Amino acid sequence: MNGFYAKARHRLNLAMRLHEYQAKEIFADTGIPVPESRLATSVEEAVAAAEDIGYPCAIKAQVHVGGRGKAGGIKLADDEGEAEAYAEDILGMDLKGYTVDQVLVEEAVDFTNELYVGVTMDRGEGKPVAMVSTRGGVDIEEVAAEDPEAIAREHVDPAFGMHPYQARKAVYDAGVDPAIAGDVAKVLRTLYDLWTANDASDAEINPLMVTADDEVIAADAVLNVDDDALFRHPELAEMEEETFEDDLEKKAHEYDFDYVRLSGNVGIIGNGAGLVMTTLDLVDYYGGDPANFLDVGGGAKADRIANALDMVFSDDNVDAVVFNIFGGITRGDEVAKGINEALEQFDEVPKPVVVRLAGTNAEEGMEILNTDLVNVEGTLEDAVQRAVEFAKEVEA
Amino acid sequence: MSILVDNDTRVVVQGITGGEGRFHTEQMMEYGTNVVAGAVPGKGGEDVAGVPVYDTVDAAVEAEDADASVVFVPPAFASDAVFEALDTDLDLVVAITEGIPTQDMAKVNKRLSEVDTRLIGPNCPGIITPGETKLGILPGSIFDSGNVGLVSRSGTLTYQVVDNLTSRGIGQSTAIGIGGDPIIGTDFIDALELFENDPDTEAVVMCGEIGGEDEEAAAKFIGEYMDTPVAGFIAGRTAPPGKRMGHAGAIVSGSGTGTAESKIRALNDAGVPVGDTPNEVADYVEEFL
Repeated sequence: MNGFYAKARHRLNLAMRLHEYQAKEIFADTGIPVPESRLATSVEEAVAAAEDIGYPCAIKAQVHVGGRGKAGGIKLADDEGEAEAYAEDILGMDLKGYTVDQVLVEEAVDFTNELYVGVTMDRGEGKPVAMVSTRGGVDIEEVAAEDPEAIAREHVDPAFGMHPYQARKAVYDAGVDPAIAGDVAKVLRTLYDLWTANDASDAEINPLMVTADDEVIAADAVLNVDDDALFRHPELAEMEEETFEDDLEKKAHEYDFDYVRLSGNVGIIGNGAGLVMTTLDLVDYYGGDPANFLDVGGGAKADRIANALDMVFSDDNVDAVVFNIFGGITRGDEVAKGINEALEQFDEVPKPVVVRLAGTNAEEGMEILNTDLVNVEGTLEDAVQRAVEFAKEVEA
Repeated sequence: MSILVDNDTRVVVQGITGGEGRFHTEQMMEYGTNVVAGAVPGKGGEDVAGVPVYDTVDAAVEAEDADASVVFVPPAFASDAVFEALDTDLDLVVAITEGIPTQDMAKVNKRLSEVDTRLIGPNCPGIITPGETKLGILPGSIFDSGNVGLVSRSGTLTYQVVDNLTSRGIGQSTAIGIGGDPIIGTDFIDALELFENDPDTEAVVMCGEIGGEDEEAAAKFIGEYMDTPVAGFIAGRTAPPGKRMGHAGAIVSGSGTGTAESKIRALNDAGVPVGDTPNEVADYVEEFL
C-alpha cells in the first residue's frame, strides 16, 4: 500500500486505483465516449501509436498520481519528432515518487468547454452522491474548497439507483449548456451504473470535453474500487497493478500485512489500526522516531506473528522493536508462540524486542513467552519508553 | 445502569457455527451473556455450547424470544445477515464482521432509516455493560462496572483506554465500539446522546482517529447539548500525509477536516480535553469524577 495505512486508507475512502487506460476501457465498454488511444511501454511503441492515431496527440504517463499535467507527465505532440522526444522524456521519469513505465498515446480532442462529472460515496450521509460542474479541467478539489456552489450534487438512494430525473436535475443545476444537457445526463447515469457494477468508491471524468459540434468525450477517467469488494470482481483484482515504494512494502504485500515504512528507527508491531497508530504517536511523544506502521490485524496466529517480526527485522533502519498486542480476537498464547518461533531461530536476537501483551489469553501468553529473548513491560507507555531508550542507545 | 444492553438482553448469534462465532459465543456465555439461540442457514437443529441453532433469525427469535443479535458472518454474506436481522423484530444488531463492501452498507443504511432497530458496527468489537453482559469480542476481564461511558471507533484502542481506566479503579457503565468503516450504524453522536441521558453515566470517554468528519460533528454536539463531561483521545497524530487520488471523495468530505489537528481543535473548542496518551485520558476522567 503506497503512502498510507491500508486500514486507515479504508477509513479515508482510499481504494484500489485503476490506471487511466484501464478505467477508459471500462468506460468505453459501457458506452461513454472516449478518445482513440493506445498503451505503450517503449518509445518505439509510443511513436508507432502516435503515427497511427495522428497528430496532435497526447502522451500521458500512467501512474497513480494527481496533477500529472502540471508535473510534466502529460505532453501534446504535433509531429513524429515531438512524439519521440516526449515519449523519451516521460517513460522512465520520476513522477512524485513513481517511475513511469507506461504511457497512453491518445488522440487530442479539440474542445470548446470542459465539464466535471463524478460519483462517490458520501460517508457522512451514508449515500452515493453524483456531482456535475461546468468548472472541469482544473483541480476540482480546489473548486470545491473555493466555490462549493459550483458543483451540483444529487444524493442517490442505493436501493433504486439513479432516477433519470436526478441526472437531469444535477446537469441543469450545474448550469450545463442545454444543447448538450441530455448527453451529459446520459454520461452521468452511465457513470453511476458502472460505479455500482464495479463496486467503485469513486468514478470520475475530469474533464468531460465538449467539442465544437456539441459532442461530449471523456478525456480522463478515474475509477477507484472498494478493496473489500474485490472478492466479487476477479477481473478488477487482476488489473490491480501493484506499485511498491520499496522491497519491504512488497514483502509486506506478500505477507498480507498493513504496513507503511517510515523514516525512524523504532520498529512497531501491533494489532488494530487505532492502537498501532496510537503506538506510533507514543513513540513520537516519548522522543523516538517510528520506523514503520505494521498492523497484524485481528486473530493473528503464531506464523503470522513470526512473519511480522521477520518483516520489521528486515528493515536495516530498525534499532529496536516494540511489540504491543491487546487481544480481543487475537489470543495472547498464539502471539507468544509466534514471538518464540521467530526469535529462537537466531543465535542472538538481532535487535532488542520489547513485548507488551494484554487482553484475551494474555496470562497464558506470558507463561509461554521465552522471556530470555525479549524485554517484557506491563503497560503500553512503559513498553514504548523502553523501546525508545534501546533505540537511542544504539544511536549513541 | 447502562445503555442498550444489560442482564435481560437475550442474544441470538448469527454465524454461531463458524470458528469465530463459536469461540466468542463461549466467551460471551462465560462472561454472563444470555445467548439464547444461534442462526445459521442449513444448521437448524444443531447446538453450539448447548445453544440451539435455527435456520433463520426469525425462527430463532420466535422460539427463544431474543431481542438482540450479534453477527459473525463472513463479509460476502454479512450484509444479507444484517438485512435478515433488521427484517426481524429485534431491538439491537451488533455486526462484528470486518470487510463488508461499502456499497452493501449503503443499502443497509437505507434500510436502517426505515426500521426501529439499532445497528452497532460493522467492523467493530461490540458493546459491553461490565458485570452484566457483552455482545461481541471485547475481552471481558479488562472491564469493571462503574460510571464512565466509553465510545470508540477502534477496537483495540478501546481496550487500551479501558485498561488505563480499570487499572486505577475507574469502572465503566457501558463501552461501545462503533467501528471504523465509512458507513456505520450507531455513530459518536448517537452514543453520546444515550450516555447523556443515562443517569448513572457520570463521565464519557470518546476515542476517535484520523479520517472522516465524525469527531468534528461529535465535538459540536458535545458543545451544544451535553452536561456530562467528556474526555477525548485521537489516534493518528504522526500519520504521514497520504497520496490521495479519489478527488470525488475529497470534495464531499471537504478540505481541512479529517486530520488529527482538526479533530483535537474541534474537541478542545467544545471544552473536551484530549489526552496525549491513553493514560492522560484516564487522568482527565479522574478529575471529572
